[in-house]
Amino acid sequence: MSLIDKFRPAFLSQREYVDGPFKYHLDFRRIWKWTIVLTAVVALVPLIAITVIDYQVTQQSIASEIQLRSLRVTSNIKQTLYFFLTERRAALDFVIHTNSFESLVDAGRLADILENLKKGFGGFVDLGVIDRRGVQLAYAGPYDLRGKDYSRQRWFGKVQEKGIYISNVFLGYRNTPHMVVAVKSAFPGGGFFVLRATLDTERVNQVLQSLELCGNGDAFIINQQGVLQTPSRFHGDVLEHLALSVPPAAEKTEVYEDVEPSGDPIFVGYAYISDTPFILMIVQQKKLLMAPWHKTRMELIGFLVASVTVILLVIFGVATYLVNNMYRVDQKRLEAFHQVEYANKMASLGRLAAGVAHEINNPLAIINEKAGLIQDIFTFGTRYVDANKLSRQVEAILESVSRCGAITRRLLRFARHMDVSLEAIDLREIVEEVLGFLGKEAEYRCIQLKVDVDDDIPPLESDRGKLQQIFLNLFNNAFAAMQDGGRLEITARRKGRDHVVVKVADNGCGIAEDDLNRVFEPFFSTKQQDCGTGLGLSITYGLVKELGGAIEVESRVGEGTVFTITLPLKREKNRDDATCIT
Amino acid sequence: MHILLVDDEEEFVVTVAERLNMRGIDADWATSADDALAMAREKDYDLAVLDVKLPRTSGLELRERLARDNPRMKFIFLTGHGSAEDYRVGAAGAAHYLGKPVSLQVLIEKMHETLGVKEG
Repeated sequence: MSLIDKFRPAFLSQREYVDGPFKYHLDFRRIWKWTIVLTAVVALVPLIAITVIDYQVTQQSIASEIQLRSLRVTSNIKQTLYFFLTERRAALDFVIHTNSFESLVDAGRLADILENLKKGFGGFVDLGVIDRRGVQLAYAGPYDLRGKDYSRQRWFGKVQEKGIYISNVFLGYRNTPHMVVAVKSAFPGGGFFVLRATLDTERVNQVLQSLELCGNGDAFIINQQGVLQTPSRFHGDVLEHLALSVPPAAEKTEVYEDVEPSGDPIFVGYAYISDTPFILMIVQQKKLLMAPWHKTRMELIGFLVASVTVILLVIFGVATYLVNNMYRVDQKRLEAFHQVEYANKMASLGRLAAGVAHEINNPLAIINEKAGLIQDIFTFGTRYVDANKLSRQVEAILESVSRCGAITRRLLRFARHMDVSLEAIDLREIVEEVLGFLGKEAEYRCIQLKVDVDDDIPPLESDRGKLQQIFLNLFNNAFAAMQDGGRLEITARRKGRDHVVVKVADNGCGIAEDDLNRVFEPFFSTKQQDCGTGLGLSITYGLVKELGGAIEVESRVGEGTVFTITLPLKREKNRDDATCIT
Repeated sequence: MHILLVDDEEEFVVTVAERLNMRGIDADWATSADDALAMAREKDYDLAVLDVKLPRTSGLELRERLARDNPRMKFIFLTGHGSAEDYRVGAAGAAHYLGKPVSLQVLIEKMHETLGVKEG
C-alpha cells in the first residue's frame, strides 16, 4: 500500500450501487466536491474582490501622488525661471525709464549701467541702445557693434509692436548659448528707442542641472518649435531638436504620460513660461517613480497567494475529514442494517425449517410405525413364506425413515437454537453438526474433511446460533474456494486458560494480497456479482466480535486460506448482549 | 405393565399400540385428552406416552390432569416439534422427551427405564 493510498480517504473508493437494496443514499464524492467548491467560492470571491479593489485604489493613489509631486516640482521650477526672466526684464525696464535717451547713448554711461547690471543681477553680457530706425547708437559689451542696423531683423518689429521681446536661445559670437531681451521706451512727443540686452543662459542651465529629481528626472527648456534651449541630461544638447512631441499650450502647469522613443513610459511635467517662447519640461521615468508601488504590489500579491493557499488547504482538509466521517458513519449504519436483515433472514429460515420438519415428522412417524408393524407381523407371524425378502424391504423403509428423522431433527435443532442465547456447547459437536449440512456436498465433490478438536477443551459458554452461523459461513466460503477433491481442516486448540483457537484451513484458490485487508468489509466480494452479497465475512466478523472473540485471515493465492478464530471459553458478565433475534 | 398412548394421529397411535401388544405390553390408545382422561379413570395405567401437541388441550396440561388422578403414573413425551419452551417445562416432570419418528425399540427401552423394569 503506497503512502497516497494510506492517506486517501475511504469514501473516494466508494463503490457505486445504483440499484438494489445496497444502494447508497448519498454520493459522498459529489458532496465532497460541492462542499469544497462552494466553500472555496464563498471564501475566495470576497477576498479576491477586495484585493483587486485595493490593488486599483493603491495604484491610482500612488500614481496621482507621483503626478502631484511632478506638478509641484515643475511649477516651482517654472516660478524660478519666470522670476529669473522677469527680474532681468524689470531691470531693463527700470534702466530705460530712469535714464533719458541722451544719457543712455553716452557710451560711458551705458558701460556703467552694464557693469551695475552684471553686479546686481548677473547674466548680462552686453547692452545696446537702438533708435527708431533700427540703428544701434550706443553699445557696451565685448564686441564693437555700434552702428549695427537691426531694422530688418524680426525682433525689432516685434519689440516695436509689443514693447518687449524675448528671443529664442542662439549661439552668439563666442559660441555659447545666449538670448536677447529688448524693451522699448516711447518719447512723449512721438518716436521711441529700444534697449537691447544679451543674456548668458548659463545661469538658467545651472539652476536646471542642479535640480535633484527622482526617477532619473531631466529638466530642460524647449521653445515652441521643439528646439532645446538648454542642455539636457538625456534628451540632447542645446539647440538640438527634441525627440518628444511639443506639449499643447496651457496656462497652468500640466503633467501627462508619454512614451520615450526607446519605448519606456515617462511622466512629462511642463509649463509654458508666460511672455516668453519657452516651455519648461521635466521628464521622469515612470518605472523608477512607480518602484514603491511595485514593492507594494508584490506584497499584495504575495499576501493574496498565501491566503488563498491557506484557505484552500483548510477547506480541503476540513471537507475531507467531515465527509469521510459521514461516510464511515453511513457505512456502519448500512452494516448494522444488513446484519439485522441477515439475522432476520436466518431466523425466518429457521422457522420455516422447523415448520417443515414438524409437519414431516408426523407422517414420517406413521410410516415408521406402519413399516415396523409389517416387520413385526413377519417376525411374530408364520403365515408368510417370503418373509425374509419382504422383511429386507421393510428394513430399507425403516432405514430411510431413520435418515429422514435425522435430517428433520437437525433442522429442528438448528431452528430451535436461533432463540437460545447462552449455553454450554461442545465445540466438536457443533462443528460436526454444521459440517453435517455440507456432508453430502463434500461427498459428491470428494472434499476431504478433517476435524481435530483437542480433548482438553471444556464446553464453551457461548451462543449456539451465532457459532453455527460463523462456522457455516466459513465452511461455505471454503467450499466455494476449493476445487473438487480439496481438503478442509478444522482444528481447535486451547489457548491459555480462557480461550480456544479454531483454525479453518482450506487448500482452495486463496485470496490476493490486495484483497486480504478488505475481506471483512461489507459488500466486498470476489465472487461473481450474482453469487453473493459480499456480506458473509463481514457478518462473520461481526458475530465473532459479538461473542467477544477475534478473527484473522492468512492466505496465499493458489495455496489456500486459513481463518483463525479466537473465542473466550466464558462470556464476560458485562458483555451479556446476546440478543434474541427471533 | 399398563400403557396409555395419546396422540392425535390415529394411524400412528393405533399402530404403536398394536406393535406393543405384539410384544406382550398392554397398551391402550386415545386420540384426545378427554378420551385419555376417561380411560385413565377406568383403568390404572403405569405409564402414559403423550404427544406434546394435542387438539384443544396440550400434552403438558394432560399430564398434569392425569397425574392429579393417578400420582403414581409416569410419563414419556413424544413430539414432532420440540420447542425449547416445551422441553424446559416437560423435562421438569417427564422421564423422557423423544422426537418423532422414534424407533419402537428405543421407545420400549425408555419405557422400561422409566418404570424401572429390567428388560427381559
